[in-house]
Amino acid sequence: MVEFVEALTIVLAVGTVRGWRPALIGTACGVGFLTLLVLGFGPALQKIPITTLQLVVGVLLLLFGMRWPRKAILRSAGIIGLHDEEAIYAREKKELEAHGKVREKVDWIAIATTFKAVTLEGLEVVFIVIATGAVGRMLIPASIGAAAAGVVVIGLGVALHKPLARVPENTLKYAVGVLLSSFGVFWVGEGLKFRWPGEDLSLLGLAGGFLVCSVLTGSMIRAESKKLAEVRA
Amino acid sequence: MKVVITAITEVFGLFVEDGSLAIGILVWLAVAAFVFPLIAGSDTWRAPVLFVGLVALLVENVLRSARRHLRK
Repeated sequence: MVEFVEALTIVLAVGTVRGWRPALIGTACGVGFLTLLVLGFGPALQKIPITTLQLVVGVLLLLFGMRWPRKAILRSAGIIGLHDEEAIYAREKKELEAHGKVREKVDWIAIATTFKAVTLEGLEVVFIVIATGAVGRMLIPASIGAAAAGVVVIGLGVALHKPLARVPENTLKYAVGVLLSSFGVFWVGEGLKFRWPGEDLSLLGLAGGFLVCSVLTGSMIRAESKKLAEVRA
Repeated sequence: MKVVITAITEVFGLFVEDGSLAIGILVWLAVAAFVFPLIAGSDTWRAPVLFVGLVALLVENVLRSARRHLRK
């Protein structure tokens, strides 16, 4: 959902400044490209032996997923700024306006901008869908879940005609990052034929462990930051 | 060509944001895959130790990044 919100911000900016037709053409091309990726890679991955797939996908999920709690902790501790959809929307509008009025019959700038936004943000969604869907042999439910999130975000975007700034992106990314990291470590363990205490139930413990350690780390940073500010004052 | 390079950079960026964290994860996973099996005895510790190592990497990386930022 978070990725859809980020893509929606760019599409709205392009639609408002350059017109809705090219913005929607770029979006449709991006969605088409991403659908092809899922249709191409998803079923092909399901032919790979499950332990190999668990190991490879687990490693990729760890690399991909652990970035999210890292960033979320730093954001929640105030070290890096929160994602501001309204600021991104304003910046994107300004950049598009700087290109001047549309002179060509086909507005390639608008199409390329929305295509790029949808493809880049969507790649993360596609990776999560393929990774969780292929290993759990649940590609269709994973795709339906992602599509449902997309429909909700697009619906809200069409209704409101402005960026979804109130979506708690950092909290969502925190939660998703914790879950992806948990699945990643679980599948790497399974792929290496390690025995998890409690088997599948250990996933709950892994998620809880990641969450508790992340929250504690955030608290530590906030305390250090406060102490440092007092010393400097 | 520029499009291809951009695409490769973006895909790489999906998995690697902080190089030291990515390398740390890969090194720890290699240790788990090749060193853990060499240690004799019961194997019930392997999965929990794999997890604890990854959490430690995350915490260390976040603290280091935060302290670097706070010192500025």
